Amino acid sequence: MSADFLAALRSRFPQAADRASADHPAVNVPLADVVAVLKFLRDEHGFDLLMDVTAIDWAEGANPRFTVVYHLLSTTRSGSYVRVAAPCGGNDEAPVAPSVTSLWPGANWHERECYDMFGIRFEGHPDLRRILMWEGYPYHPLRKDFPLAGIETELPGADVVEETGTKVVAAPMAGGPFVAASGEINLSEAEPRAKDESWSDRVARPDQTPLRQVKE
Amino acid sequence: MVSASTDYGYDSKVEGGVIVSRADAAINWIRTNSMWPMPMGLACCAIELMAVGGARFDIARFGAEVMRFSPRQADCMIVAGTVTYKMAPQVRRIYDQMASPKWVIAMGACASSGGMYRSYATLQGVDRIVPVDVYVSGCPPRPEALLDALMKLQAKVQREPSARRLLSA
Repeated sequence: MSADFLAALRSRFPQAADRASADHPAVNVPLADVVAVLKFLRDEHGFDLLMDVTAIDWAEGANPRFTVVYHLLSTTRSGSYVRVAAPCGGNDEAPVAPSVTSLWPGANWHERECYDMFGIRFEGHPDLRRILMWEGYPYHPLRKDFPLAGIETELPGADVVEETGTKVVAAPMAGGPFVAASGEINLSEAEPRAKDESWSDRVARPDQTPLRQVKE
Repeated sequence: MVSASTDYGYDSKVEGGVIVSRADAAINWIRTNSMWPMPMGLACCAIELMAVGGARFDIARFGAEVMRFSPRQADCMIVAGTVTYKMAPQVRRIYDQMASPKWVIAMGACASSGGMYRSYATLQGVDRIVPVDVYVSGCPPRPEALLDALMKLQAKVQREPSARRLLSA
């Protein structure tokens, strides 16, 4: 059943190439054709539901660095699911992809999340703002060069910063990753433990700001 | 007759219908037994907080059943859940809007220390933005643990020099 729309897609868009996928069919298309391909799948093959808009960061040095991926589901043809991937345009700092809010209004928030997490600018988006992090946050957290613990920066809300002196600090990973012991030992010893316990929330790592306790 | 309590004294032969007490004892007694919580429910701990308010655990037994969603009418903020950096300024502003005297209970691992969320998005302990009186361990804590925290807070309030603070304010 999946072959019919893939064959039709290939005859209509010869530039579309098969993409390796463990489960559902997936295609690679050039960025310029992605809106036309999605419209074709929506209007002529019943892929009426946009499940997700997400992206892949291939890390610094890759060209192109970012790939945007659209997930489509058909609610009329059971089990039909397809992913359409396209390499982003623009540069590494400000990758660009076309918005599909004109095809699915629900793409709005997916694209805002993708912009928030990866920094991909969706051209033609009606309201491209951050959706999870706050307005003014300087980083895009799901990029490969962003550490899980975060980067020290300003807390939102100048009045609160003035009152508390608190900042966004890198979370204390306390020497993580945390490793659980297994075998015939009691539960308190089996708890996941950090490999380096010389620093914690109380004892700051030398290169980090200590977590400040607010006093009354 | 000498009472073991230093909170009040009563001798029917000397004073008749009069009870003698200390200002601190009277003020703290009033504060302790009608502590209106501000339920700062931010994650799954809030579900346990609701259970504490329900009939089975019944926080009304400790005079703290009047959950006020207006900070102006609350004495005790119960921070129940994960505080993200995005939410942190709002938590602090709500705390600022509460009238003194006011107290804070950090309920659960996330509010106390960031819990398992060692990540860029999560405030690593609500004590970085508001002064916390009682920390409750657990993920989430059992309702009994929160009741215990409330009793600990009541014991703490009973030791406060309230009269001196009122006069010096």
